[in-house]
Amino acid sequence: MQKKFMKPEYKIISDLIEKDAKVLDVGCDDGTLMEFLKTNKNANIRGIEISKEKVQICIAKGLTVIEGNAEFDLKQFPNNSFEYVVLGQTLQAFINPETVIRELLRVGNKAIVTIPNFGHWKVRLNLLFKGTMPITNSLPHDWYNTPNIHMCTIKDFVRFSKIINFKIFKSLALINENVSDINNSNLIFKNLFGELGIFLIEK
Amino acid sequence: MNIKQNIKTLIVEKPLKLDCGQTINNFPLAYETYGSLNNEKDNAILVFHALTGDQFVTGINPVTKKDGWWSYAVGSGKSIDTDKYFVICANVIGGCMGSFGPSHENPKTKKIYGTDFPVITINDMVNAQINLLDFFGIKKLFSVVGGSMGGMQVLQFISNYPDKAKTAIPIACTSSHSAQNIAFNELGRQAIAADHNWSDGDYNSKNIVPDKGLAVARMAAHITYLSKKGLQEKFGRKLQERDDLKFGFDADFQIESYLRYQGSVFVDRFDANSYLYITRAMDYFDLVKQFNGNLSDAFKNTKAKFFIISFTSDWLYPTQENKDIVIALNAVGANVGFVEIESDKGHDSFLLNVPDFLKALKNFLDKSYAEKIHETRI
Repeated sequence: MQKKFMKPEYKIISDLIEKDAKVLDVGCDDGTLMEFLKTNKNANIRGIEISKEKVQICIAKGLTVIEGNAEFDLKQFPNNSFEYVVLGQTLQAFINPETVIRELLRVGNKAIVTIPNFGHWKVRLNLLFKGTMPITNSLPHDWYNTPNIHMCTIKDFVRFSKIINFKIFKSLALINENVSDINNSNLIFKNLFGELGIFLIEK
Repeated sequence: MNIKQNIKTLIVEKPLKLDCGQTINNFPLAYETYGSLNNEKDNAILVFHALTGDQFVTGINPVTKKDGWWSYAVGSGKSIDTDKYFVICANVIGGCMGSFGPSHENPKTKKIYGTDFPVITINDMVNAQINLLDFFGIKKLFSVVGGSMGGMQVLQFISNYPDKAKTAIPIACTSSHSAQNIAFNELGRQAIAADHNWSDGDYNSKNIVPDKGLAVARMAAHITYLSKKGLQEKFGRKLQERDDLKFGFDADFQIESYLRYQGSVFVDRFDANSYLYITRAMDYFDLVKQFNGNLSDAFKNTKAKFFIISFTSDWLYPTQENKDIVIALNAVGANVGFVEIESDKGHDSFLLNVPDFLKALKNFLDKSYAEKIHETRI
């Protein structure tokens, strides 16, 4: 799966985590975020990653990573094994995002979930004027080959928290590399201009 | 068995109580080392060999005159880099390369033990080898590594001596021998027993060897080390030095000829009774049962960093059985990494030139050695 990590995203995630925390990075990709959290927060960090190639890269970086599918392999971790579980731009790729969220919150005390915002104005305009499924920098696939089968908007995710009943502790939007709080009064605006939503959630 | 030169032997004086109830002492443990132990004595890696391996891990085996069994992985600049690490490997007890085994003489009867040799277990093998640490003055190994039965020894070692190794790499193994594993081993044992020369294990006194039975055992086992796809690609239905079928029972097919060859070279280097004892030890291996059904308890006291490796085409110790170990380790918050390596070479992949495997092994070891290991649990 291709991920467009932005440097500010690491920084934001890192700021949400205390020093020395036990962290699981779900879908850890090539371990860039893991390294960042290790260096900046001395995190005791583990990763789970589906791609063999990416796992190899992580091993070469000296990171502890388990090859596995987060949708099925999170169940091996006992309740509250980690202080934080991070899911970076991957929720939309799961067959059952609801199960994944529940698993994240079972395995971790808190979870940090980031989502590429499908409500962004460029995506909306793309669909409105072209009439085809939007292709943008952060969503580069065609509809028929995209791993992103459950795209959602920032607003959708906020609604999702009410439907499946988890608490959003902190919600942030990334707009042109600037981070800002999302609240009830600016939700419509952030949902239009936010490229990425970052949520710190709890059971 | 001929008297073998070039074999280093430690005589273990300390009594060792075996799982079968007997106690042995003053027994020989044959070993070999590669590289050199540094001043801090923190660069030692104990390698455990598999069923038919021995202490001659790499270089030319002085007894068989062939390459050591793990020459692809161990050596100067290789995954287990002997320029960097001090590699120790011992012949398992029950074996036939110098360690205490059924081809040794029973001091009481002055006869070769044969099947009077006590039945040994993976636990016994590991408890015998721990003596090497004292012998070399090593407080803590940098790593314990092994594939197949070697991997079982890694698991048992960590379970018995949780603070004696910084890292542990069980490869292509299982925590409990399956019915299918036992079935294949039994096939091998019965092939040996069916050879008239075996003489209920007493062939040494008659100066004969059950070579036909042992060869068949090896042939059957060899099939389990390869994958269907690997066999098909290498041999297919190719004929052996002939243009057409001969309508007889000679080796028409290359695969037949190959297996016969594997059987014939094996009997020159391996003892039939040792084959019985070691396969038995594997069959008795059940770390899950040792911990009353909870494998996690085997690892609850260790801070060792684990790296588990399996292979896609290994149907003898398939990925799922390796993953069960990962799951058990995660359940107690142990530090564990896991990768399944893509390979068509079956169970034997760990012994062969499989670049992804060799790379992962090297990276894990070198990175773990370079950095201070995070010895905390999650």
